[in-house]
Amino acid sequence: MSDIAIQVRNLSKRYRIGLKEELNDTFVSSMVSWAKAPFVNFRQLKKLTKFSDNGQESDIIWALNDVSFDVKKGEVLGVIGSNGAGKSTLLKILSRITEPTSGSCRINGRVASLLEVGTGFHSELSGRENIYLNGTILGMSKKEIAEKFDEIVDFSGIERFIDTPVKRYSSGMSVRLAFAVAAFLEPEVLLVDEVLAVGDVTFQKKCLGKIKDVVGGGNRTVLFVSHNMTAIQKLCQRTVLIEGGKVMMVGDTDTAVDSYLMRGVSVELAGERYWNDISTAPGNDVVRLRAVRLILEEGNPTNVVRSDQKFGIEIEFVTLTAGKVFNVGVHLFDKHDVQILTSADNNDLWHDRPRPEGTFKSTCYIQANLLAPGLVTARIQIKRITPKNSKLHFRIPRALSFHISDAGNVQGNIYGEFIGVVRPLLKWTTDYDTEIKA
Amino acid sequence: MSSSSDSLTQTIIIKPKSGWQLIDWRELIEYRDLFYFLIKRDVLAIYKQTVMGFTWALIRPVFSMIVFSVIFGGLAKMPSDGIPYPIFSYAALIPWTYFTSAMTASTQSLITGKNIFTKVYFPRLVIPLVPVLSKLVDFAISFAILFIMMIWYKIVPSINILFLPFLIILMMMTASGIGMWLSAMAIQYRDIPQGISFLSQLFMYAAPVVWPVSLIAQKFGDNTVLLYGLYPMAGVIEGFRSSLLGSNPMPWGLLATGTFSATLLFISGALYFKRKERIFADVA
Repeated sequence: MSDIAIQVRNLSKRYRIGLKEELNDTFVSSMVSWAKAPFVNFRQLKKLTKFSDNGQESDIIWALNDVSFDVKKGEVLGVIGSNGAGKSTLLKILSRITEPTSGSCRINGRVASLLEVGTGFHSELSGRENIYLNGTILGMSKKEIAEKFDEIVDFSGIERFIDTPVKRYSSGMSVRLAFAVAAFLEPEVLLVDEVLAVGDVTFQKKCLGKIKDVVGGGNRTVLFVSHNMTAIQKLCQRTVLIEGGKVMMVGDTDTAVDSYLMRGVSVELAGERYWNDISTAPGNDVVRLRAVRLILEEGNPTNVVRSDQKFGIEIEFVTLTAGKVFNVGVHLFDKHDVQILTSADNNDLWHDRPRPEGTFKSTCYIQANLLAPGLVTARIQIKRITPKNSKLHFRIPRALSFHISDAGNVQGNIYGEFIGVVRPLLKWTTDYDTEIKA
Repeated sequence: MSSSSDSLTQTIIIKPKSGWQLIDWRELIEYRDLFYFLIKRDVLAIYKQTVMGFTWALIRPVFSMIVFSVIFGGLAKMPSDGIPYPIFSYAALIPWTYFTSAMTASTQSLITGKNIFTKVYFPRLVIPLVPVLSKLVDFAISFAILFIMMIWYKIVPSINILFLPFLIILMMMTASGIGMWLSAMAIQYRDIPQGISFLSQLFMYAAPVVWPVSLIAQKFGDNTVLLYGLYPMAGVIEGFRSSLLGSNPMPWGLLATGTFSATLLFISGALYFKRKERIFADVA
């Protein structure tokens, strides 16, 4: 038997979008269109599922376009992508909710899909009745549910209300009950959508923990769709990045997450940017940006820095109007777009002085052993802030994007994840006393 | 939902289907627990937070019987094959009430169930078939009044009561046949649920609920009766009267043509439903 659990080959799915509405500006034309409406409506409803194969129709979108990938047995594969990228369509096809337009998938093993929690919950029925109802809808047998019933109730933490109609539950309680049922599904292949986006923070943590337990066993294959990059990174070894219905990459999770977060700019790291034509460079009549680059101590531009290396962000700009005071700023962000730090030109010579026309080159040095490894983006801006007003000359989000590689000198002998936006090399001391004090 | 032994080799292949599919009975049987709980949900939920509870299953046919007895039996002097009009109409209202409520619920089932079937896979045929089964509970309850009336009017059921299960199956096949056709249409064309109450009223006057089939025989002759039998509920209702009240012999002619058309309706409904099911989630 092959060790592939899910095989997706050239999968495509098309949908017809928006039905154009005619607008009428006269009474006569609205009467005419009212009389024609049934025929027009019928054609449009029929068109929802009928596609002409010749040529391109303008109101068609390919939610998935020639998608192929494999998921190995026991693997947890993440699926990420922006809204409308086709993640949910993929999951719906794999869950057999909708049919592909072309292509095929092959799933080995018993499948369960979890596109939402609490599917089929009936508010008039009691918690007990809903556990059985929801469980069988998710694919469990009556016997299986009966065996796990006590555990489910226990996990949900709502023993007292188990015979109360669900409509009397708080929304948190029904979500807990719903998740508890889902948590005890034991398929060989599990397809999970965004289900963690429910409940409060504590509950989300509990769910994430439970999913971790479930996938930790190693013999279960999971396809996990999420917008929550932290969850993806915690759970998945490999991740598929989908954009516009196409697979952009399949690979190790950190790389996929990095390139997802860099979408719209450039998937490539950018260690240097240079504007040849100063008249169209970012800025205005007062000041324009010429270049931004990441430099190592030797002054060479780079886009990868080892975490134990000192590096600089060099900002080259041209002043076109003399006599202005500027604040040159650098903002660093991590891959989750969390701002790591803000820094402004504090050089005594220039920071508070009207500048003449000419070219300036300011460099912000970032010390070694400060930032956490991973993707970092830099936002560059020049503005003037006085107590009375502020004037922004330009701001370039993601002016640079670079990778900090792990020198491994901070983690000591600890393996695994080290969380935090910074990872400074801090001084530790340890005292030792042979006596054991009471 | 399969047992663990065959799950070891279970492989699902997903690709665009084309052409006509037959009902996969094996899969439907695998999902019997789902049937059970969906039926239970329907049965339990409908009368939750009501004062009368299951009594409502009696109130509907009983009130129709009273109205019909006053208007058609009393005022219009409708013939009733020599049986007291109240029990004549009630014996017809038992299968009729079932048929109309099962057909209506089945037609609307995909629309009301879209929150479930757009989220998880199970054989879609479960959805229109569940109301056909769950309405049997109300159907069974409504017999209670019939028994009381039979004692009151001192009517003993004929030996034909042995054919009652067959009549029930015929009635279920008709309701599910129409339900499969119309639910599959309704999910794409929401005109269907708008028209269903009108349609079921039309069906009622076309069925021998308030009048006996003998009326047709008198006016148009026996061949027309056979043709009329293509409407399966005609044979079912007359059959109910025959088996429960023993008024007439079993209407075998009606039932023969009725069985033919009910089977046709059921098979074509299933084929149509299976053909359309691939687009349900896309248009829901």
